[in-house]
Amino acid sequence: MRLEPIPNPSALRSIGLPAGALVLTVIVASALALLAGANPFATLGLILKGAAGSKFALLETLNRATPLIFTGLAIAVAFRAKLWNIGAEAQLYAGAIVTALLGTGILPLPSALLIPVIALAAMLAGALILLGPVLLKTRLGVDEVVTTLLFNFIMLLFVSYLLEGPMKDPMGMGWPKSPALEKAARLPRIVDGLRLHWGFALALLSAVAVWVIQTRTTLGYEIRAVGLNAEAARFAGIPVGRVMVKTALLSGGLAALAGFSEVAGLKGNLTLDLSPGFGYTGIIVAMLALLNPLGVVVSAIFVAGVFVGADSMSRAAGVPTYIADILMATALLTMVLALKLTRTRIRWR
Amino acid sequence: MAQAEAAEVVLRLDGITKRFGPLVANNAIGFELRKGEVIALLGENGAGKTTLMNILFGHYTADEGTVEVFGQTLPPGHPRAALAAGVGMVHQHFTLADNMTVLENILLGTRPLLSPRLDARAARVKVARLSEDFGLSVHPDARVGTLSVGERQRVEILKALYRDARILILDEPTAVLTPQESSALFGTLRKAVAQGLSVIFISHKLGEVMEISSRVLVLRHGKLVGEVATADTDRQKLAEMMVGAEIAAPRLAEREPGPPLLTLSNVDTPRRGNAPGLSAVNLTLRAGQITGLAGVSGNGQAALAALIGGLERPVQGGMELHGDVPTDWSPRAALAAGIARIPEDRHKTGTVSDFTLTENAVLESYAEAPYSRTGWMDWRAAEDFARKIIETYDVRCPGPSARIRLLSGGNMQKLILGRVLEANPKIILANQPVRGLDIGAVTFVQNRLIAARDDGAAVLLISEDLDEVMALSDVIHVIYEGHLSPAFKRGTMSPAELGQWMAGHGFGGGAHAA
Repeated sequence: MRLEPIPNPSALRSIGLPAGALVLTVIVASALALLAGANPFATLGLILKGAAGSKFALLETLNRATPLIFTGLAIAVAFRAKLWNIGAEAQLYAGAIVTALLGTGILPLPSALLIPVIALAAMLAGALILLGPVLLKTRLGVDEVVTTLLFNFIMLLFVSYLLEGPMKDPMGMGWPKSPALEKAARLPRIVDGLRLHWGFALALLSAVAVWVIQTRTTLGYEIRAVGLNAEAARFAGIPVGRVMVKTALLSGGLAALAGFSEVAGLKGNLTLDLSPGFGYTGIIVAMLALLNPLGVVVSAIFVAGVFVGADSMSRAAGVPTYIADILMATALLTMVLALKLTRTRIRWR
Repeated sequence: MAQAEAAEVVLRLDGITKRFGPLVANNAIGFELRKGEVIALLGENGAGKTTLMNILFGHYTADEGTVEVFGQTLPPGHPRAALAAGVGMVHQHFTLADNMTVLENILLGTRPLLSPRLDARAARVKVARLSEDFGLSVHPDARVGTLSVGERQRVEILKALYRDARILILDEPTAVLTPQESSALFGTLRKAVAQGLSVIFISHKLGEVMEISSRVLVLRHGKLVGEVATADTDRQKLAEMMVGAEIAAPRLAEREPGPPLLTLSNVDTPRRGNAPGLSAVNLTLRAGQITGLAGVSGNGQAALAALIGGLERPVQGGMELHGDVPTDWSPRAALAAGIARIPEDRHKTGTVSDFTLTENAVLESYAEAPYSRTGWMDWRAAEDFARKIIETYDVRCPGPSARIRLLSGGNMQKLILGRVLEANPKIILANQPVRGLDIGAVTFVQNRLIAARDDGAAVLLISEDLDEVMALSDVIHVIYEGHLSPAFKRGTMSPAELGQWMAGHGFGGGAHAA
């Protein structure tokens, strides 16, 4: 078997293969629905309806997409420099802790000042969480996949400690949660009466900002050069270690914004189940978007839609929500393969 | 060889065509190899030599055409068929296990995996006889890891002969050898031919082709463009057949050297893996002078290039740049000091393959105005620079926004050359600047280096091709295991004398201390 590159893939190839991947995903979903004893067409219809069938459903999807855009961007930025940050979950919680701490009335500031201060502090916390692993990588060659991954567990246990101890809400009737944020620290809704907060707008803005950084700034050029060929970058005088550190600060900061926006925008306090694995799902989001920051927005909304849709379908049709996880996995595998195949031809001897 | 006409045909290739997408790597190639002759397969990089040999060996399947060995058509796509029919290949990069002995390496793969015991005695006798017959002296119980490159090549040849190869194919066999080792290899090949073996010798070094072959086949752009008896041709004619045009050799005009721009005194650098570091090296690069560095690959050239390029710092000894001792040493510092660096590996170190020509053009200067202002890139200025290089250095490409991986090696090298020379550097470090380039690009690069020297730049030319070093250098050093020979003036040393130095003679235990 040999792989040959295709320099200029035809339109049929570049549209047909990804479309084929979607079809394959739908077929797998149908088979699973059949297996669960439900009508596959009805099941898929219910997922679609649950994700985008009404204004409420659509806003729910966008709400769910918000933290995924942040974590997806965090991963996309880091992976672009071949910095394998698997610890977006930890950085998310770091941002959430800081938000829950600073948002409970210790800073006597008006809302217009308080919210940006909290956001910046959260970003700083997330950046610092990633600083340790990246310095271990650049100075001592320690594999960041291991260190960032393990940080997730450390962070979860730390949050658990905080919620049972120093940050426990005295009015929480024993539940492990932090006190509610004061009104001034809450992200307002974009439109009154609709359940979509300004975190979503901030996520869109962040995606554009990351895109501008990557394509227009000197730092973005350095990040891409280091990611594509660190040896050539070092030879050309690009400070590879320093670029890695800057990338890590940016990535950790973005992931922390997910925690900030979930606490300040949606939940209003810190709990242990704040993130159902947004940090990990961010990897899928970033990979589906081929690490393109604008693509991250699209893929985050798609992924969020599948989860939200599957939730509502499950209630109506009785098919387990695990179908969403399998759908995601299938979509990721087939899509990545399809995108690879648009530019590569396989020859069997 | 007059009798070759009558000799038996041992190998016949007929109408071999192989396409890779739109590229026709081999276009209806056919030739015959007779018993007891050496034919040379000559061609530039990318002419299709390696593809043809891979087809012969069953690694690739030809789209059209057949391969016949001793009258039997080989089934396509079966590497073992060629081996079984008596074809042996010595690759450019050896395929030996370093942690095993010579004998074990030779036996490897010749017997069933789970055979109860190695019948080493009979094998040892056979290897000894082959060593004797073909002048291939190596100790059968030596570990391959301890052998020199020349000895390893002998093991590779023994491996093929042990499997009763009647046809030997050698792919660029002299690329890693000293002149002395090369002539020993030629001795072996002559013995092999005298015993009725046939040899295909793949090379782009014309001198060797003239010396060893009886017939020359020239490939160009995948086509067989010429087949001549070696006796009826000369180097110039062969070179022109290879390129398809007339070529002029570069000329070096006499010139008085200027002041020293870079001086190394008694410098040591650390060993890196298998690559030796520098040991008590003294070197002076003068303005308006090309200093050539000859030596067999892997003798410390990389360490010297890394030091001057800013990637390595001396652990001992001193470096002076333009009369000053640099306080900090890094690639940035080297660039700031006006050192232009043409790296050895243009794919891995010289360029970022997935970057466009524009992005690659500013790889070293991206952080300076006009390309970068207060953290923002000015892509228009960068593209103008790329366009200027493309025009001035004749880079053949679809345009400045094409990815550089689409370019041929020669055009890639021209872009690197433009990138480093446009800044009017004072010192030029050219590490293997023409390796793997076709003759047109070779001439272009060499003439640019000479022009820079004429304008007063100090050039350090590192090359494993002794002919190149001798043709282009005002003074020559030989490097051997991290030690540097004294400087030899142009024309004072013969290739044979330099070859002695390349093999380590003259360096004697510390006696060369300057």
